[in-house]
Amino acid sequence: MATIGKTYRREISAAAALAALLVIVAIIAPSFFAPGNLRDLIVNNLPTLLIAIGMTLVILVGQIDISVGSQFAVCSVAAGVLAKTGLPMPLVFVAVMLIGGLMGALNGTLIGWMKLPSIIVTLAMLVMWRDALRWITEGAWVQGLPENFQWFGLGQSTGEIVIFMISLLLFAVFAWSLRNLIVGRTVYAVGSDAEAARLAGINSPNVVFWVFIIMGGLVGVSALLNAIRFSAIPGNSGVGLELKAIAAVVVGGAAITGGRGTLIGTLIGVALLGTIGTALTFLGINPFWEKAIQGAIILAALASDVALGRLEKNGRSDLAATTSPA
Amino acid sequence: MTLLKADHITKSYAGVHALRDASFELRAGEVHALVGENGAGKSTLIKALTGAVIPDSGEILLDGTRITENSPGISKSLGIAAIYQQPALFPELTVAENIAIGQERDGSVFGMVNWARRKQRAKELLDRIGARISPEQIAAELSMPQQQLVEIARALGANARVLVLDEPTASLSEDDTRNLFRVIRELRASGVGMIYISHRLEELPAIADRVTVLRDGQTIDTHEMADVSSKQLIQLMVGRELSGVFPKREVPRGEVVFELRGFGSREAGIRGIDLTIRAGEIVGIAGLVGAGRTELAKTIFGLVPPDTGVMLLRGKQITIGHPSEAIDLHISYLPEDRRRHGVVLDLPISSNITLASLKHLSGFKGMNFRKEKEIAAEYTRRLGVKTPAIYNAVSTLSGGNQQKVALSRWLVTQPAVLILDEPTQGVDVGSKAEIHELMMELAEQGVAILMISSELPELLGMCDRIAVMNGGTIAKVFDRTDATQDLILSAALGH
Repeated sequence: MATIGKTYRREISAAAALAALLVIVAIIAPSFFAPGNLRDLIVNNLPTLLIAIGMTLVILVGQIDISVGSQFAVCSVAAGVLAKTGLPMPLVFVAVMLIGGLMGALNGTLIGWMKLPSIIVTLAMLVMWRDALRWITEGAWVQGLPENFQWFGLGQSTGEIVIFMISLLLFAVFAWSLRNLIVGRTVYAVGSDAEAARLAGINSPNVVFWVFIIMGGLVGVSALLNAIRFSAIPGNSGVGLELKAIAAVVVGGAAITGGRGTLIGTLIGVALLGTIGTALTFLGINPFWEKAIQGAIILAALASDVALGRLEKNGRSDLAATTSPA
Repeated sequence: MTLLKADHITKSYAGVHALRDASFELRAGEVHALVGENGAGKSTLIKALTGAVIPDSGEILLDGTRITENSPGISKSLGIAAIYQQPALFPELTVAENIAIGQERDGSVFGMVNWARRKQRAKELLDRIGARISPEQIAAELSMPQQQLVEIARALGANARVLVLDEPTASLSEDDTRNLFRVIRELRASGVGMIYISHRLEELPAIADRVTVLRDGQTIDTHEMADVSSKQLIQLMVGRELSGVFPKREVPRGEVVFELRGFGSREAGIRGIDLTIRAGEIVGIAGLVGAGRTELAKTIFGLVPPDTGVMLLRGKQITIGHPSEAIDLHISYLPEDRRRHGVVLDLPISSNITLASLKHLSGFKGMNFRKEKEIAAEYTRRLGVKTPAIYNAVSTLSGGNQQKVALSRWLVTQPAVLILDEPTQGVDVGSKAEIHELMMELAEQGVAILMISSELPELLGMCDRIAVMNGGTIAKVFDRTDATQDLILSAALGH
């Protein structure tokens, strides 16, 4: 039990923060917990969760991807355009995932195989995809979508359930695979120590390459599930999504340097950061504070991690000094 | 029976030979010691065997079959495992996971991790070597000897037939060493061939069957361990003629410029250091890697805080909390790793030369670029840096010229005490002679020089006195006239 507490320390403290926030809201504004409101809150944050799942993998492997917001916009528009050609929705789904995967593969090739720094590569992609899209759409929205596009033609309540189920399934699959598949564990190994992974015979560039492809694929899914909630698709969606996702992953306990983190933590991080905005409204605080409070939470998460880590390290070295011969 | 053979291996880095025509043979069920001075090529030979580097020429044969393509993965799958001085565990992962990772398939279906099996297997392997370590512990929480044992367990788990142990006892207590030797003997009995690298010659008769001596990248000789004494081994390790002429001139020694009394730092791992350097004197520091030589230099220069003893400059006690304070006191340090610490590769030669003296180059009106240019031109001329323009990036220069730029940076600060850490490592012969000549000129101008070097002829040729470090302190000090290679190496090895 003690080891569980230590291993998941960061996840537990993020969960505690979320619980504290919910308790405060429950006392001051119980109407927050009205089913309709909770439902809205969850559905609104599912696209972010999907991106954050991919971002967790990227960060675990020791990289970063700040191009996801622009990829998201490209995938959203692509979903609308493809649907308008009359392509059946399941095929649109697959096609958008492939488009995301291709953009991810480009990142993965440059970062994994050509060893370029991920922050620069994805910064370039952030600008490139966003402006290419602006140039092509000239800022216009995709309108006149077919009947079966919004909510997959199932109506809002069923559509919301479908979105929820797909997200839940993907979350479960990734959380389980990351822990229980050998390929999942190699993600941790590469992020923990790339050179040790090389010496252990792991093909690190290949792992990085595939992680970026998965990231792109998840962006595709996220973009589609987000787009079907509306009757038209803007050409500039997903602005700032990368920051939301990275923040959620970090708040959820992943080390930005790689090798440590869990998807449960990421889920808590998305929930915590997603709840704050709505909670503020219910608490009667000006929602303009949302971003500032989110920023403060990220800093607090990092600072507590560094402080706890230092404390632990000092305790350990003292211990080692007094009890060296076992 | 020959298990592994390295046949005429040659490997050079940037024109400097790390291995020259080295050959080595390991039998099944033997512990084969590999000894040599710093830089003799031991690490490179091991890296070649484990596929971490690819030799320029020569062959590696396992069971008489040539390994045509090599990489750490391939060599591992062939049963060659190495345990490096710095344990290569994944700090964030558990012991069980560290042992299992990279071992294909893990004996499971659909690439699924069987956690129970992993733990069970880790426990079995750890039990086999008598290590009481929980498979669920996070690797970062283990002590050095524990991490080493986990690595051995990992190698066993990969069915290693060849196991390389690089200085395994360097950080072990006596108990831990005894335990490790027990494990090694058991592995030997089961037919594993082990390459054992160690500077502790006295422990070799207890554990090694044969020994191969490396010197200057060449394999000098292989002996049955029982047939050689550690004295003979030292002679073989040194065995080099005092070749090359050093521009050593007698310089009248002045007042004591720099002095350490009982100087030490727990963090740096050095203790009880007494040392004096007079004006015009060149004092050498000899010792093996890990003896604390660079750590001593760093502590003097304010990179690591000292916690005992005093430091005196011209008889006055000084404290240095940061390199900038050392520079203000005219104490300079040329670091060991030229490319990482000595120069900023992407900056122009001129900026590199003035980097430690910017305080004197900038004023109310900002940087004085005219003065920077003058200084850079003066020093490149004085030290003979071969370059078409001082605005070229340092990365465009050869190793020797880079080192001259690194040295220029410290000469601009007008040092009274100059600490040189391996000043001629990896530089060509011509630049080396120029650096030695420059050292003599500085000594003649009254600079007190402290030179760390792994090259014994250089120490013997250039220094007035040589202090030998071992285990974080100065073991012995030799006068120029009394010092020999054998004596220095013996003292460095703790004899």
